Amino acid sequence: MKQNLTARSVVIVAVILICVFGIIGFPKSMADLKKNWDNNIRLGLDLKGGSRLVLQVQVQDALKAEADMVINRLKDDLKKQNISWTDISRNDPQTVQDADSIEINVKGVPATQSSAFRSLVNDRDSDWVLTPTSSTDYVLRMKPSELLSMKKDTVDREIQTIGNRIDQLGLAEKSVQQYGRSGDDYQILVQLPGVDDPARVKELIGTTAVLEVTSVVDGPFPTRDAALAAHGGVLPLNTKVVKQLPRGGSEGEQWYIVNRNAVITGREMRNARAGQDEFRKWETDFTLSQDGGKRFGAFTGANIGNRLAVVLDNNIVSVATIQSKIDDSGRITGLGSQDEAVDLARYLRSGSLPAGIVYLEERSVGPSLGADSIHQGFVAGIAGLIAVVAVMLVYYKRSGVNAVLALILNAVVLLAAVSYFGAVLTLPGIAGIILTVGMAVDSNVLIFERIREELRAGKAVVSAVDAGFNKAWWTIVDTHVTTVVSCAFLFLFGEGPVKGFAVTLVIGLIANVFTAVFVSRTIFDYELSSQRRMEALSI
Amino acid sequence: MELFKNTNFDFLRWKWPFIGASLVLSVAGIVSIIAHGGLKYGIDFKGGALMTVRFAYPPPIDKIRTAMAQKIKGDISVQNFTDPASRDEVAIGTELQEERLLNANRQTMADVLTATFGQPQSGKLDFNNTSQQQLIDRLRDPLARAGAALSEQQLQTLVVNLLRFRDTPPRSGIVTDFNQLSAVPGVTPTVLNTLKQECYLAPFNIRNVEMVGPKVGAELRTKAILATLYALAGMLVYIAFRFEWIYGLGAVIACFHDTIITVGLFSIFNKEIDMTVIAALLTLVGYSMNDTIVIFDRIRENLKFMRRDSLETVMNRAINQTLSRTVMTSGLTFLTVIALFIWGGPVLHGFSFALVCGIIVGTYSSVFVASPIVLFWHNYADKRKKRTAPAPAVAPARAETLRKSPTRAAK
Repeated sequence: MKQNLTARSVVIVAVILICVFGIIGFPKSMADLKKNWDNNIRLGLDLKGGSRLVLQVQVQDALKAEADMVINRLKDDLKKQNISWTDISRNDPQTVQDADSIEINVKGVPATQSSAFRSLVNDRDSDWVLTPTSSTDYVLRMKPSELLSMKKDTVDREIQTIGNRIDQLGLAEKSVQQYGRSGDDYQILVQLPGVDDPARVKELIGTTAVLEVTSVVDGPFPTRDAALAAHGGVLPLNTKVVKQLPRGGSEGEQWYIVNRNAVITGREMRNARAGQDEFRKWETDFTLSQDGGKRFGAFTGANIGNRLAVVLDNNIVSVATIQSKIDDSGRITGLGSQDEAVDLARYLRSGSLPAGIVYLEERSVGPSLGADSIHQGFVAGIAGLIAVVAVMLVYYKRSGVNAVLALILNAVVLLAAVSYFGAVLTLPGIAGIILTVGMAVDSNVLIFERIREELRAGKAVVSAVDAGFNKAWWTIVDTHVTTVVSCAFLFLFGEGPVKGFAVTLVIGLIANVFTAVFVSRTIFDYELSSQRRMEALSI
Repeated sequence: MELFKNTNFDFLRWKWPFIGASLVLSVAGIVSIIAHGGLKYGIDFKGGALMTVRFAYPPPIDKIRTAMAQKIKGDISVQNFTDPASRDEVAIGTELQEERLLNANRQTMADVLTATFGQPQSGKLDFNNTSQQQLIDRLRDPLARAGAALSEQQLQTLVVNLLRFRDTPPRSGIVTDFNQLSAVPGVTPTVLNTLKQECYLAPFNIRNVEMVGPKVGAELRTKAILATLYALAGMLVYIAFRFEWIYGLGAVIACFHDTIITVGLFSIFNKEIDMTVIAALLTLVGYSMNDTIVIFDRIRENLKFMRRDSLETVMNRAINQTLSRTVMTSGLTFLTVIALFIWGGPVLHGFSFALVCGIIVGTYSSVFVASPIVLFWHNYADKRKKRTAPAPAVAPARAETLRKSPTRAAK
């Protein structure tokens, strides 16, 4: 019994140490302590202020763009093969739900050329399924697997692009993630703690980025005025002045005069990625669409030695000299570092937001409200806690101390779990904590009342404590398991706040079984063992 | 100290008046919901825009409403809060017919407030509603001109400190006099003068903006209701497994009863149901279930050695035995919730209201709803058995019940 007690005490002390470390780490000063606390116990947007946006990606836009591309290519190919047609057009799905209905109608292909037409389409547009609707008309529908991957890809690119743009705000914490059922909601959740100006964020996200690759006419200049002055205050026809985004080792501002008409735009950029050349120098490889490649080939062939600028949202991200004719794939070489190559690839890829967006939800909690909520929640929490502690001590005397210790330990374990799991504390989470505290008090009360009953029935102290714990045990198990079962369902089927509630509650309940039963029992046993013969129990 | 020692109240004798009261309350709630044309949902569930604005003085509600109505279509609600901590705050709600309006609406509402209460024509920046970046951009050049040029880092620290001062209580977002700012670290007379030149102090602060598209609202509502129903079903199965199916049913009906009465009270007091209220309803379901199980557990235990007594006596005994615990736990939880209701602020208002109602109803339903349901069923089953097998000579009908109840000895 004695040894058992020591072993149990060791377990309890170990748990306390691990939990305290999880909450405050190893602080060396008060400032350190506060910093660690703030880092470990992260508050939700509703408590500390910030903005939360839910937006929906209009995936049908991307599908329509894809269909347009196919139509252009088809027309080109048909011309080459001398196949005639009267009309090729696509339908115009308006909503996300209709996106899958995208189709291309081909009309008036002569029956004599039908086999040539079919083999051409099957050969060139294998992502689409061709179905004849009459002897001369056909309809092209996208393969379901292709539809799925195209939509997924659109959402992924959108998430990446929005993330990149928000990076411009230079926030310490931000999160851009998929939201809702992944398959068919196409929603993105953007969370920006501490941002009280969602209008600016929306401005940043909302403008569809325009990526252009265009020829450089003149530059660089240190200022906009210098660029104008070099041309006598009047810009050459069809040009504009653009600033280069500052890079890591910035040499001050650089301005260029570039052509207003882009050679290629983001829509023709198929892919881009960072790579290394034979001398292990970093470069960015890119591929263009067929149409874009043709135009780019013609342009680069005629302009070897001239410079090209990659312009994203009217900011130059890169200037490169044309070394040779480039068709549908090329490289931008001579980049300083891997980061630079990766960034440039990202810019090239993300330049075009592949689809429009619609905002479904916007919440912003001003920092003053956040501060007030924390303040009020704190006052209320402390007031409630003091009341509970006072009543427990008056009603159960010495044993009340037991309960209060268990209660405090419960809170410590709960906070530590929040910290270790990287969970975020929100208002519904606090609701979960309140229920936890209620059930923790309840467990203690159940046990104490049982012990009192046993004492009243005339049992000796030691056996009364034993019986009290044993009899209350199954009740505690039943109440806790029932709640855990309901939490499991809330977690599986609930959304956002409901989930947060379920998670904190489950953690709290597990902590509670540990503190109210295991820890409280150990304290009782310790008190009982310290006296040779326990005459009375203060309860 | 002990409040209840060996009590022996005949609780179940009074079941009918209490069941009657439950029915009256439930029906009153349902009637109120129907009379109001459904529940009053917060914008979480119906969609719309809601802006919480704090004023430096008691807010002129009619003026706000008129100003808003000129620019924004549809229903506009302007409500002030009743609790003393936030009596200078108003919640301005507008309808949102379509997702696409989401973007424009916030701006319009903010513009109307500035036009009505601010000084838009002065060309100055509103210090009470500025964001960090705006203020940094605004102050950079004037400070340099005034001979107090700061590095980007210093400027940012200064602005962060200024805004933090503005946002902490007792200002809580509203500075009424620039001279208050002289207490902020880094604020020199030059900085203060520049602030006075570049900014003005509007008598309001936008504290919170929520906009939910109507589609998302409907979706959130469905999901919350479904999650709750699944959770109830899960609990029913567990209790049915641990006790008898009728116990599970009794407990779930009691929870349902609590939820309906609380929701009914929300309707009667014309309070909105939003996401935090759902969290509170979940809490009260958990709480009520806990309470019921404690009593059921005791009934099960008593059944083992009170074989000769009627089920009603056994139940009464169990309720009396757990009475002290029930009062203690409910009382203590109630204390916590009351603290939250009084000091928790407007954000937690709906939440704590639901819990205050829920704890009272939840405690009472375990005794007067859940237990009688089990009792009725067993009495009914006994009667039916008597009718089908008349005059059992030795075995009393209750023996059947007893065998069905899992005994603790088996555990």
